[in-house]
Amino acid sequence: MYREALNRALYEEMKRDPLVFIMGEGIAEFGGTYKVTDGLWKEFGLERLIDTPIAEASFTGMAVGAALVGARPVIEHLFVDFTMLVMDQIVNQAAKYKFMSGDQGTVPMVMRTQGGAGNGLAAQHSQSLEALFYHIPGLKLIMPATPYDACGLLKSAIRDDEPVIFIEHKLLYMTKGEVPDEEYLLPIGKADIKRAGEDVTLITYSAMTLKCLEAAEALEKEGISVEVVDLRTLTPLDKETVLASARKTGRVIIVHEACKRGGIGGDIASMIMEEAYDDLDGPVIRIAGKNTPIPYNLNIEKVSIPSVEEIVAGVLAMV
Amino acid sequence: MERRVDIEVVYTTKLFNVTGVKEMVKKEPAKKDKLPVVAEKTLLEMYKKIYATRRFELTCIDLYRQGLIRGFLHPYLGEEAIAAGACTAINADDYIISTHRGHGHCVSKGTDLKLMIAEIMGRETGLCKGRGGSMHISCKEDNNLGANGIVGGGIPIGTGAGMGIKIRGTSQVVVTFFSDGASNNGVFAESINLASIYKLPVIFMLENNHYAVGTKVEFSSGDCNLAGRGPAYGIPGVCVDGNDAVAVYNATKEAAERARKGEGPTLIEANTYRHGGHHVNDPGLYMDQELLKQWKERDPMIVLQGKIQDEAKIKKIEEQIDGELEEAVAFAKSSPEPSVDEFLQSVINE
Repeated sequence: MYREALNRALYEEMKRDPLVFIMGEGIAEFGGTYKVTDGLWKEFGLERLIDTPIAEASFTGMAVGAALVGARPVIEHLFVDFTMLVMDQIVNQAAKYKFMSGDQGTVPMVMRTQGGAGNGLAAQHSQSLEALFYHIPGLKLIMPATPYDACGLLKSAIRDDEPVIFIEHKLLYMTKGEVPDEEYLLPIGKADIKRAGEDVTLITYSAMTLKCLEAAEALEKEGISVEVVDLRTLTPLDKETVLASARKTGRVIIVHEACKRGGIGGDIASMIMEEAYDDLDGPVIRIAGKNTPIPYNLNIEKVSIPSVEEIVAGVLAMV
Repeated sequence: MERRVDIEVVYTTKLFNVTGVKEMVKKEPAKKDKLPVVAEKTLLEMYKKIYATRRFELTCIDLYRQGLIRGFLHPYLGEEAIAAGACTAINADDYIISTHRGHGHCVSKGTDLKLMIAEIMGRETGLCKGRGGSMHISCKEDNNLGANGIVGGGIPIGTGAGMGIKIRGTSQVVVTFFSDGASNNGVFAESINLASIYKLPVIFMLENNHYAVGTKVEFSSGDCNLAGRGPAYGIPGVCVDGNDAVAVYNATKEAAERARKGEGPTLIEANTYRHGGHHVNDPGLYMDQELLKQWKERDPMIVLQGKIQDEAKIKKIEEQIDGELEEAVAFAKSSPEPSVDEFLQSVINE
């Protein structure tokens, strides 16, 4: 399971490096709201699994400081929505330090959090806010869709010397997938073609990857071959894989759960049109969340983000 | 506005009453009756730092007027004793984190004046390769984690450095410099509480210069007894005369010992007064001129000169610093600017 894969990554990295420690609200004996850090305190003690008060801005800043003096902090924010309280420390401090110190210091910290709709948690616990971090030079941004990617990328994130924002999705924690027994790392900045196809490219990430794969499955029965590119890492963006797929199929749809306005899809669409325009059969399309706060009611929550049907319809309209 | 008197430890009974906020502190534990004697060598070291900072700031203002420094410049004039006292009381491998008014901290941590001037002039040879400037000056070699353009932004980072030290298991401490202005930011309350919970080796050095940009501390604080916020979070709050380097030195020394023993953080409020406005282009006309005059009579240089009383030694230090600064300016002026091509090349794949 995705949740267990993350737990394993944390376990292995804490075992490997005594400088790795975790801070967050209820991450020790409580095990975290989504149980990602479950049981780790028993192995590594409360000196390395540090429960914090509800002081998001400052414990995030503490991660910056601890990283600057050589420790390897991993912090957890229960919901990506709560990271709006820590933007100074992430945007003005962590992201800038290496550059503005003239490379004297780096901030090897990981900020784990989770986002997304689907659990009836309404407008302040369901957002997809990755575009805010994507916009900031100096941050790496990872949003894995599968247990395999989650484990391998979290391990790489912890070993990375720069600040990494690692956003999980609340609907993925209980999803299953193959994870090898032996230790492995996955490179940051490398997309993964989750399904190869010829007619249309779906570029996506996080939980929408599963919806895109479901849509591709359905479309195969209609005789349409869909390629699903899971970005996995948004920054750095694997332009090479994105452009190669766009050139191959000539038809591209970008699918994400976050609001369409100002979303990552717009940036990727522009990049494809700037660099692969001649190979396209038509405009790059975005299928994304509605420009609305996420509602509480199930029926209107469902339609506020892309569905498998919407993706299928989008592809059919294109071919 | 009256100051409360229940501060846990104080170093000076009658500090001064020129702040306009009445007398400060009455209570003093018996063991503090005899203040530690500070060696002459230490006094001279602090004087050197104060004088170097004073000359450094005046030099920067001059370079600014010549158009050789751009952006913001927030002089530390009048506040020099705090950085000098605090940085002399800790070890070379201890950390500091600084503020937008950060030159004095950097000088007092012993950083090469050449590299500092070069940075503030935006040169390739500067500490941060000309990318940071005055507001982001830092020095890894001297464990100065850096100045900060965000008021209060450094407080949690300094606190976290304390956590990093704990994780690494060394006996270092961190001095986190910030101001009365920053003490009214949320991260101050959060961080002081966090440091208290985890007993982190952090010294919170609150430089109370009585103005948050242009707003008086009396207008921005419900209770001007800022040191009293320490006990509110379960740590000692100490109030000292920030124009007396010896007072700051002693308070920091004791706080550092406490921190190294694992007994946790201390809040030190060091009272001082800016000699001018918020930045180089702010004449500070809103400041109480009579008060400023009184504070200037207790200039950090004058206060410490009174304790050294050896004019020859003082003169020797001053001549040495004047020479170093002259060299530093010449070095910076002859240093190249960062290469535009190299910069563009470095961001091409970002």
